[in-house]
Amino acid sequence: MPAITEKIMKIIFWLSGMAIIFFLAGIMFTLLSNSIPAFEEIGLKPFFTDGVWRPSAFAEPTYSLLNMIMGTFMVTAGALAFAVPVGIAAAAYLSEIASPWEREFFKPIVEILAGIPSVVLGFIGLVVLAPLLAAVFNIPSGINALNGAILVGVMALPTIITLAEDAITAVPGEYRHASLALGATRWQTIWKVTIPAAFSGISAAVMLGMGRAIGETMTVLMVTGNMIARPTSYLDSVRTLSANIAVEIGDVVFNSLHFHALFVVGLVLFMITFIVNLMADILIHRKPEVNR
Amino acid sequence: MMMQIVNTLKNENKLHPPLTNNSSEESALTGKDHFEVKVENLQFFYGRKQALFDINIEAQEKGVTALIGPSGCGKTTFLRVLNRMNDLVTDTHLEGRVCIQGRDIYDPATDVVELRKRVGMVFQQPNPFPKSIFDNIAYGPRIHGEKNKNRLSEIVEKSLQGAALWDEVKDRLYDPALSLSGGQQQRLCIARVLAVQPKILLMDEPTSAVDPIATQRIEDLVRELCRDYTIIIVTHNMQQAARISDYTGFFLQGELIEWGETSRIFTRPRDQRTEDYITGRFG
Ligand SMILES: Nc1ncnc2c1ncn2[C@@H]1O[C@H](COP(=O)(O)OP(=O)(O)OP(=O)(O)O)[C@@H](O)[C@H]1O
Ligand SMILES: [Mg+2]
Repeated sequence: MPAITEKIMKIIFWLSGMAIIFFLAGIMFTLLSNSIPAFEEIGLKPFFTDGVWRPSAFAEPTYSLLNMIMGTFMVTAGALAFAVPVGIAAAAYLSEIASPWEREFFKPIVEILAGIPSVVLGFIGLVVLAPLLAAVFNIPSGINALNGAILVGVMALPTIITLAEDAITAVPGEYRHASLALGATRWQTIWKVTIPAAFSGISAAVMLGMGRAIGETMTVLMVTGNMIARPTSYLDSVRTLSANIAVEIGDVVFNSLHFHALFVVGLVLFMITFIVNLMADILIHRKPEVNR
Repeated sequence: MMMQIVNTLKNENKLHPPLTNNSSEESALTGKDHFEVKVENLQFFYGRKQALFDINIEAQEKGVTALIGPSGCGKTTFLRVLNRMNDLVTDTHLEGRVCIQGRDIYDPATDVVELRKRVGMVFQQPNPFPKSIFDNIAYGPRIHGEKNKNRLSEIVEKSLQGAALWDEVKDRLYDPALSLSGGQQQRLCIARVLAVQPKILLMDEPTSAVDPIATQRIEDLVRELCRDYTIIIVTHNMQQAARISDYTGFFLQGELIEWGETSRIFTRPRDQRTEDYITGRFG
């Protein structure tokens, strides 16, 4: 009797595992099979040569993704640069320093922040952040890469804070006691022992936070300006790969070259996230003990 | 049981002549008025619950003081009073005076960080950081400002030698500390404390989580180290107390029933309860 249950459980788990592989393979297949017509017609090169993305131009359509890859990179990197330190510091504060009532007060706030729909955030970016940035940097419009980076960072924060706090709280108390008993200050203990010991959990928190934020096309679409020109600074408008798909997929002719080119955009986006995840995985599984 | 302990004691005394030769215990204790550790009328509370009652004890520079007593009698609590680790437990308070090297460590002006540098602690469970062996030892010196690579390597080597671990790990200093055996981990923790050059070493049942061979090594090590450090060690094991200590204190239900030279405590205890405990009648 237990042997049979065991077997059935095993099969159920195996099927669940296979389902994930099946979904992933299905996505890969859809992206690839819909991209191939574009590659057949114009090849691989036009997507990665200098220029702009103008697939519906009447005379001479161009398909360069470089500016959009750059825009994606700028928004993501900018968001990370702001959300990672703030998120980890907030998590460390909540788990290591805050008094119980402070924790009770701040945790729901973080959860509420996580629940704000991205459209609402985009709206705030338009009416609050944009004029503010315009005034601060003395530019005509605050609809730019910086605006998008800040909002994406804000969206990534709740995930990073919540998961990083869990990771830090899970660090055994003995490590802290050992450190304090050696004459370390509380600050040194947090910085040199607790956070490094929670390294893999914090990395996962950052990855998942970014995953959520990057998937959020809406906000970015609303506040970055959607210019297809080459950005030269964070005060320029940009268009990200995901925003590009969202903007154009609505009025593209089904099975046209433009349609298939958009799948190439999706494929590139998929490759980028795949590589980032892979690198994060390697980073996480590298033994933290031997880092030095 | 009693005979066995006395025998071990005799053997030990041949190896390690007692600190105070023939003089009586009282004169040995009063012969010096500057004690390394001096506790007067200590009362300690967890919230409303009193855990230590009117403790008075002194320890001279160098040598080993063992604290024995049944589980829950307050040995760990007392040890953690001495480096103020109890500060980390919320809602505790303390009355009386605790002086270390002549200074009241509960004076508001005390620098707790500096105190913990002077008074090192080895915990009951080995607790190396999830870092390399080298980084574990170098941790203390680094946080106290040592940056020079050569000097750090020197400190690491000396500390590991001091803890009798160097020969076993010298070829694998960059391996994770958690890959060591339990006994090696505990010696690593001792080395980690030695690296910050404390004056006093507090050890809370350092051999309770390791095998007999490792216990032997750590006991030998304690005898080595007591030439340079004042050691206060908590142990469940009376034979261990008899083997390695110069002075012994007996705790029962938060009170220090009696303390004095180890040879005297184990052969001529003054309190009936001490005698009952060391003869194994309870505990
Ligand atoms: N953090 C704490 N909060 C409240 N009470 C505590 C705390 N730590 C210890 N106590 C209580 O104080 C008393 C003394 O405990 P302590 O840990 O000092 O005993 P011990 O002699 O070290 O025991 P053992 O030999 O089992 O380690 C016990 O009654 C214990 O329940
Ligand atoms: Mg204890």
